[in-house]
Amino acid sequence: MATTATPAGGSRNGTGPEWGGFEENIQGGGSAVIDMENMDDTSGSSFEDMGELHQRLREEEVDADAAAAEEEDGEFLGMKGFKGQLSRQVADQMWQAGKRQASRAFSLYANIDILRPYFDVEPAQVRSRLLESMIPIKMVNFPQKIAGELYGPLMLVFTLVAILLHGMKTSDTIIREGTLMGTAIGTCFGYWLGVSSFIYFLAYLCNAQITMLQMLALLGYGLFGHCIVLLVTYNIHLHALFYLFWLLVGGLSTLRMVAVLVSRTVGPTQRLLLCGTLAALHMLFLLYLHFAYHKVVEGILDTLEGPNIPPMQRVPRDIPAVLPDARPPARVLNTTVKAVEVILQSH
Amino acid sequence: MAEAAESPGDPRTTSPRPLMRDLKAVGKKFMHVLYPRKSNTLLRDWDLWGPLVLCVTLALMLQRGSADNENDGGPQFAEVFVIIWFGAVTITLNSKLLGGNISFFQSLCVLGYCILPLTVALLVCRLVLLAKPGPINFIVRLFVVIVMFAWSIVASTAFLADSQPPNRKALAIYPVFLFYFVISWMILTFAP
Repeated sequence: MATTATPAGGSRNGTGPEWGGFEENIQGGGSAVIDMENMDDTSGSSFEDMGELHQRLREEEVDADAAAAEEEDGEFLGMKGFKGQLSRQVADQMWQAGKRQASRAFSLYANIDILRPYFDVEPAQVRSRLLESMIPIKMVNFPQKIAGELYGPLMLVFTLVAILLHGMKTSDTIIREGTLMGTAIGTCFGYWLGVSSFIYFLAYLCNAQITMLQMLALLGYGLFGHCIVLLVTYNIHLHALFYLFWLLVGGLSTLRMVAVLVSRTVGPTQRLLLCGTLAALHMLFLLYLHFAYHKVVEGILDTLEGPNIPPMQRVPRDIPAVLPDARPPARVLNTTVKAVEVILQSH
Repeated sequence: MAEAAESPGDPRTTSPRPLMRDLKAVGKKFMHVLYPRKSNTLLRDWDLWGPLVLCVTLALMLQRGSADNENDGGPQFAEVFVIIWFGAVTITLNSKLLGGNISFFQSLCVLGYCILPLTVALLVCRLVLLAKPGPINFIVRLFVVIVMFAWSIVASTAFLADSQPPNRKALAIYPVFLFYFVISWMILTFAP
């Protein structure tokens, strides 16, 4: 189980019994992710044992001081011993206060436990929600239930990133993974978070009953259709197939989201605005992922390969006539770049 | 472990120098990854030396050596580095949110050490790429990468699965699968 909140967590690391009173002031040493309370099961790292070290040093100092104090029998024994002990106590107090503050800061800022309830799912639930995201429901008179969880949507976004990366063929293209990786992650997360926020804003304007969490979950699960379409069409390069899948699979998941939103919105104008926007954005995003992403990659590649074109191909005029039909936009870009190269090199 | 805080020349200790001790610990963990058994050695004495070495090796070897890209070299290294560490942190957060009782650094340690098979795959791929390019070349590399990918997942599952609630193991392992998939993809598509 997760770490339990022990308010006196610091006491494990060597506070003496005389400072027990200060320990009670620690509030909410709650179960932070960076669990400073669980130091004793992560042995082997020196920085976590500073408390232990401090305690050992302090004990040795106490022993040393006790020995020294006994030797100085003729001096102001009481004053000297008392001063040393006071400074030690002050240092110890400062150490404890600093540690408490650091613990509290960690608990406050690194406390991701606020997200914990949204990850409380079972595999069977995730599976059923994935399947349901493709099934539009006809009944729009009652507000449909949306599961407010973030595990499924987050994993779907990461899967989409992975599929986008996989979509680049490995056999004949030189790929700059750095640029593609950042673009892929930015695209997918930007879409998920940005469109969710935008639709939530529209829903607020249209008085729809949906929370931000529910919108994130809804759109996240809607990406399941995108994942399927891209996984298939990145491996089977037929445009007709892509259009078919775009309409069928993309359409199904969009219909599902639209149906849920319609069931939660009152008024025809509002319904039209909200659902129209969502449908347009969702379908266009799939279109964008399939076409523009490849074009971006090929654009980068062609720009890089410019100087390496053999002399035979540097004829700008005739190329458009003999273009293969596969990807006209990319070839046009290619031609433009090559024509520019020719012009530049002829000077 | 108070020895960690003492200097090597400290007369009070008779233990071996911390450097040798750490190297031995790292080596022992590498062996545990190569022959994964259900044990908690990686978890008990975690350290981040192994993952750092592996990550730096991977990032250095994944750099493109081509001379016609002026943006090459620097960003490539940083991208791989960031992806590995960011991915590992994300998986750790996910597994903690799912109710796992593993510590943050323990999880980072396991994930980092289990990159070892993929690093071996990268070395093999680089050697294979010295030969004539072609479909057979690609198939050999694909096979090697797939095998090492499976090995990484099995190794990390052996260490991480016990820390999850029994009914949620699949939920915690799936992002590990994605993470190693992305790294495998980077290795497979690497062409010097």
